[in-house]
Amino acid sequence: MLHAFAILLCLQLAGEALVRAVGSPLPGPVIGLALLFVWLVSKLPLPEATNETADGILKHLSLLFVPAGVGVVQQLPLLGAEGWKLLAIILVSIALSLAATAVTFAAIAKLMKIADEAPGEKGR
Amino acid sequence: MINFVDLWVYLSGSPLLWLTATIVAYIVADAISAACGRHPLANPVLMSVVFISAVLIISKTAFPSYFAGAQFIHFLLGPATVALAVPLYRHLPEVKRMFVPMIVALIVGSIISISSAVLLAKWLGLSKLATLALAPKSATAAIAMGVAEKIQGDPALTAVMVIMTGISGAIIVTPLMNLLRLKNYAARGFAAGLVSHGIGTARAFQVNPLAGTFAGIALGLNGVLTAILVPLLLPWLLG
Repeated sequence: MLHAFAILLCLQLAGEALVRAVGSPLPGPVIGLALLFVWLVSKLPLPEATNETADGILKHLSLLFVPAGVGVVQQLPLLGAEGWKLLAIILVSIALSLAATAVTFAAIAKLMKIADEAPGEKGR
Repeated sequence: MINFVDLWVYLSGSPLLWLTATIVAYIVADAISAACGRHPLANPVLMSVVFISAVLIISKTAFPSYFAGAQFIHFLLGPATVALAVPLYRHLPEVKRMFVPMIVALIVGSIISISSAVLLAKWLGLSKLATLALAPKSATAAIAMGVAEKIQGDPALTAVMVIMTGISGAIIVTPLMNLLRLKNYAARGFAAGLVSHGIGTARAFQVNPLAGTFAGIALGLNGVLTAILVPLLLPWLLG
């Protein structure tokens, strides 16, 4: 697990370094993601526990957003009188974009006859 | 006898207290979410944030002293993002097969996400600063704040929009997809990640591993596309 965690950190570090060197608009961790992906695809050796470590962190991904979320609550006065309008716009805009994205994806998959449904719990 | 005031003064100044509080609040929130059958309204991020915020207000704790402890958790967002490569590689055959639907949905979703927010803000007469903060709301926080700087917006206000978008999207995605009778979990997850970045991805992993994988891809791709599209579309949308 320690080795796997070190790999994740090293790739993030490499990502951050690349971002600084090239001046890319992407955050370092996203470059780190791409690097780990390339590593996996090229079947380079990895610590045995890499899969479990990654799954373990991702299982509690929600936890990692809590500090930022608390920060937002502190910033709420920033919204002032526009707060409710902003929330309404966000809700309408995300409903539109969620629907448009998923419908487009599913429709094209169906058109290309690759719309086999993934096994998953229904109705949740 | 222990002097509780002294004890509080000592503990509240050390990172241990708020690190522990954040983890415990999340464990409680996650248990409630599980007990509610992962009902979308019982969102663990939202519940934890409400618990902690209430405690901070009651105890009159300033955010910087909270963050001194919570930063250790916040820091893990980096390695967690790198870790998204593992499910991506595991589901590579599905991802390859879905390549075309993914790219088309990405372009459609990204344009609608940016333009609907900006046009609604214009229609409701919001301030320029609020409008600019809404434009990159679906990108992951680090990218959205970078975009905000580029378009002369306010990065702090943008971060607020990003988190509000994340939590709201994670809550409405499941009922909305059920309403649309969409059972393609790749499509559902992709939409969740595109619109609600990491928080949507966390929700997608809660529902289905394949949905989570596609959410992770959408989070990365839409982060990039939003950074490109916002500066291009904005003059045109506001014009």
